[in-house]
Formats: sequence, structure tokens, C-alpha cells
Amino acid sequence: MAADTSLEALKEQAMTQVPITALDYSVVLPVVICFVFGAGLLMIRKSVAWHPLVALSGLALLFLADLAVLYRVATGGTVTMMMGGWIPPFGIAFTADLMGALFLVASGFVALCCGIYSVASVSRVERRYGFFPLLFIMMAGVSGAFVTGDVFNLYVWFEVFLIASFGLLILGSEREQLDGATKYCFLNLVGTTFFLIGTGYLYGIFGTLNMADIARKAAAMEDTAALFTLASIYLVSFAMKAAAFPLNAWLPASYHTPRFVVSALFAGLLTKVGVYAAIRINLMIFPPERADLSLVFAWIAGLTMLVGGLGALAQTDLRRLLNYVVIAGIGTIFVALAMPVPLPGGEIAGSALSVGLSGAIFYALHSIIVMTGLYLAAGVAAHLAGTSSLHEMGGLWRNHPLFAAMMLILLFAVSGLPPFSGFWPKVALVRASIAADMPWLAATVLFSGFLLTIASARVFALGFWRSLPAASAPAFGRTDRQEIIYERFTAAGPDKAWSAVPLLALILVVIAAGVWPQWLLDLTDLAAQGVIDPGSYISSVFGGLE
Amino acid sequence: MVIALSFVVAALFAVTIYLILSKHIIRMLLGVVLLGNSVNLLIFTNGRIGSIVPPVIPEGQSVPLEQLSNPLPQALILTAIVISFSFFAFLLVLSYRAFQDLNTDDTDEMRVAEPEDEGLPPLGY
Repeated sequence: MAADTSLEALKEQAMTQVPITALDYSVVLPVVICFVFGAGLLMIRKSVAWHPLVALSGLALLFLADLAVLYRVATGGTVTMMMGGWIPPFGIAFTADLMGALFLVASGFVALCCGIYSVASVSRVERRYGFFPLLFIMMAGVSGAFVTGDVFNLYVWFEVFLIASFGLLILGSEREQLDGATKYCFLNLVGTTFFLIGTGYLYGIFGTLNMADIARKAAAMEDTAALFTLASIYLVSFAMKAAAFPLNAWLPASYHTPRFVVSALFAGLLTKVGVYAAIRINLMIFPPERADLSLVFAWIAGLTMLVGGLGALAQTDLRRLLNYVVIAGIGTIFVALAMPVPLPGGEIAGSALSVGLSGAIFYALHSIIVMTGLYLAAGVAAHLAGTSSLHEMGGLWRNHPLFAAMMLILLFAVSGLPPFSGFWPKVALVRASIAADMPWLAATVLFSGFLLTIASARVFALGFWRSLPAASAPAFGRTDRQEIIYERFTAAGPDKAWSAVPLLALILVVIAAGVWPQWLLDLTDLAAQGVIDPGSYISSVFGGLE
Repeated sequence: MVIALSFVVAALFAVTIYLILSKHIIRMLLGVVLLGNSVNLLIFTNGRIGSIVPPVIPEGQSVPLEQLSNPLPQALILTAIVISFSFFAFLLVLSYRAFQDLNTDDTDEMRVAEPEDEGLPPLGY
């Protein structure tokens, strides 16, 4: 090596000589679109009338770019782009595999729906405070997290969407928001700092931050005691980000305080990024250590599902009830992380881990769509009723039957009832738990579904089905607090057309994924196998270099 | 050197945890500042402390002439400093605004978003 030290020869060793084609850039396109539109909207921050038009075209572009990434990955396998043309593992890698691409498309879709919804429901003042720029920066962080192939880069994307979410959370500066945001900010900061601590040790042990490189080196490592510590630190960090029990306290404290459309975005996307990172790091990079923690994951999953279900039953307020429904969904996804590693040499397809992980990815996608839909629908309901308390709501079925039917579909889907999208992934997770000899975990999945069914039925019976209770009739007179809430909800509400379009779009996906689940199951099966056996991920990064 | 730094990191984390466990926002803020710094020092120590020669290749050369210090942990720390600084600035303003509106910096008394006297959910029609 020492012989040839000319600049050209060194360059040849460190950088790829194949020119990067325009097509290669499609992997970074979602992030680029978000930053360009976010910055552009910041530049025209004073002409708020233009914001919706620019933002909607940006979100539509983002969704198209996400679809393009999925199309490329589904037809041609995992795609990698190395920043600056450095040979891996030196540069930062952007690697989109099937799991990342599926999450990417779901996040783009949800962002577009929320963008449409926000046209009428986000006031001029809130636009002036930067609702749309913050939305784009948050989407940049979320999209970046789904496609990056570098652990430190993943941490940076976490911080990008976190700081944007702070801004969105306190939009309006109400007392509840300041209270909720204080708890959200401190606890999430501690959670991501754990991620950074883990990443510091990761670098100390491996001397590299490229996920494919680490996965390769971890599999070949003999002294794995340090890796167990690493896997545990990451577990704490991602469980906190995903709001898994017992680190879930920040979610019910804050998710009901911002605007409904912001709640919808958060509930759909942010906790799912934590779940995605847990699958990516704990399952793909440290599989034996994850298997050793299997029982811990099983307990976390079971208790999270129960806390979510029981918490939802105990709530008076529609939005606070939904907070706990989000948590129950996170527990359901964590079930897959408790599955044992398939025997060496055994078939991956059809193993408990593969079936469970496929179900978990399906469930996460379902949860992204349904939770967003539910919070948006809750926003419409609160606007129509002037309150979000189950004591005071009522009469929506009689006055708005179509909207009530939409809400019913979403509630069925979130409880896991057929023929909607929540049913099939739960079947897969129950099957996997039984195959893994954990019947009690399967029973917990079903029991938590039962609790959610009761909570959903209560929402529908009280908020929609019964006639308007006397306590909230205007003639009865409202208390000061009720009056404030009434004015807040009825003032700048979602207008019919602007809220019906996103709700309909979300519900169509829920029905399509429930009635024709096979196409999505095929994709999630492939995605799960690609994570369990990261061979194609690694060879996509390193190409023919070895 | 590494052992001494490990003890410094451990001491910083101990103080951080003590401060963050406090009920009062102002102490938690101090804890957050220390948290950022202790993690930075942790990354620095993890990058191994060998040579202290700056990682700059002299003019006219294409490879370093002697062993250099590891620049990567410093790049990571630089990123982490910027992030923790901006977060701290945001948290400081947020805490001040919360103190103005809620009139307390005791987290036990911050119950506006989750009121204590909620009562039971409706049990029937």
C-alpha cells in the first residue's frame, strides 16, 4: 500500500469511480424535497395566503418521491447511495430497503392527508408562526430516519424531527400546551440522549457507524458482552421514543394538547420512528443480543398493550382516550421483537420471527394510517360538538351520519376487527406468538384488542349514538372552562370539504388493506425477511467491493 | 488518560442524574446542560486518546507524515454540541414561558394538561 501515494491513486482507493446517475438521487429525494419546501416556505413566511398551495404541492411531490423509492426497492431490491461518492464505510450511506420504503410511503401519505386537512383548520396566525415550514422539517427528519444507513445520521434525523415537533406542539401557546410540551421536551431529550450514548459506545467498539458494516462485524464478533450492553441502551432509548411501558408517561401528558392535525401527525409518525429504529438496530444489527432480551421485550409488549387498553377505558376525553390507543398499538408491534431467532440453517420464511415481524410491519403501517385518521376524525367531531369530553358529546350519528360511519370504520380498524386493516397483522402476531411457545403473549394481544373494542364502542355509543345530553345543550349554560373549549373548537374548525378528502383517502386505504391484504402481506413478508437476514442490505451497501 | 476521563464522565453523569430527577424545572435545566457535556466527553473518550497531532496533512503531501489524532469523534461531538445547545435554548425559553403561564416550576403542580379532578368517565347513557 505504501508504494503508491499519489493523489490519484489515493482517490481511487477511497472513492467510487462509477459516476452517480440522476436515478441514484431518488433515495435522497424525499429529504431534499422536504428541506427545499421547508426553507422556501420560510422565505415566503409573510405571504401566508400562498402557504397552503405551496405546501400541498410540496407534500404531493414528497408522496410521489416516496412512491418512486418504493417502486425502485420493490422491483430492484435494496438501493444505496453513498454521500460524496466515498467508498463504504467511509461516507454516510443512504440505504432504502423494503421496510424503510414501506414506512416512507406511509409517512408521505399521512403527511399529505394532514396537509390537506390543515388548509382550513390551521389559522392565519398559526401559519405565520410557521406551521407549514415546521411540518416540512419534521417530515425531513422522519423521511431521513427511514432511509439512512448510518447510525449517527439516524440520531441526527431523530433530533431534526424532534425539534420541529417541539415547534408544532406549542403552536397556539395555550396553558395546556406549555404544560404538556415541558414534559414532552424533557423526556424526549433524555430519550434521544440515550441514543447518543449508545452511539458513542457503538463507535468505541466497532470504529464505524455504517449499519451494514456494523451488522457484518457484530455477526463475526466473538466477545459479545459489550454488545449486550449496547443492545440494552438502545432498547431504553427506542422504548422511550416509541412510548412503550414503563417509559410512556410523556405521551398521554402531551399528545392531546396541540392542534388536532398536529396530534394526528405525531400519533401517526413519531412513535413509529422509534419502533422502526428498534427493529432496525435491535433486530437487524444485534440479533443474538435481541434474542437474549426476548423475555424483556415480551414483558414490555404485554404491559404496554394492557396499559394502553386499560388507560383508554379510564379516559373521559376523546383525545386523551386516543393517546392510550396509540400506546396499545406500540405494544402490539413490540410483540414481534420478542420472537426467538430461527434455528441456524433453518428456513427464515415461515419462522415465528418472520411471521411476527411481517405482522408487526403491517401493523405499524396500519397504525400510522388509522391513528392519523382517528385524530383527524376526532378533530371534526370536536368541531361539530364544540367539546371533546365524552360527558358532553352526542347526537353526531343523527346529524352527521356519513361522518359517523367513517368514525365507526376507523374505530373498528383500531380495535382489530375484520374486515379492516387491523385484523390481519394481529392474526399474524397471534400465530407467531403461539408458534414461539408464548401463548400468554398471544392471549394478551387478544385481550388488549378486547379492551380497545370496549373503549371504541364507548366512544361511538356516547359521542355519536346517543342524543345530545342535556348537560351540553346551550340553554343549560356552560361553565367558563367549557366556554373556552367550545370557542376554541368551533372557531377555526376543519371545513367540510377539506376534512372529508383526507379522511376518505385514509379510510379507503384501511378498507383496501383489510379486504385485499395479500399484496401488502407479500411486501411485508419480504421486508421482514430482508431485516432478519441482512445479507442483501449489506451487499447493497458494499456492492461488489469484496 | 482514558481511565481518568472515564471517572470524569461517570461523575458528570452522576450529577446529571441527580439534577434531572429533581422536581424543579430549573434544576432539570442545569441537568440537561451537564447531560450534553457528559455525553460529549463520553464520545470523545470512546474515540480513543492517542496522538494529539491535529489531523491536518501538510502542504505538498498526500498522506499524513505521523500518527494523527482521530477527527471523527470530534466531528460527532461538534454535531452533538450544536444540537444540545439549540435544545437547551429552546427548553430555557419554554420553561420560562411555562413558569409565566402556570406560575410554578414544580413539576408536581403542573397539572393543567392532566387535571387531577377528572372524575370517572361516563359509565352509561
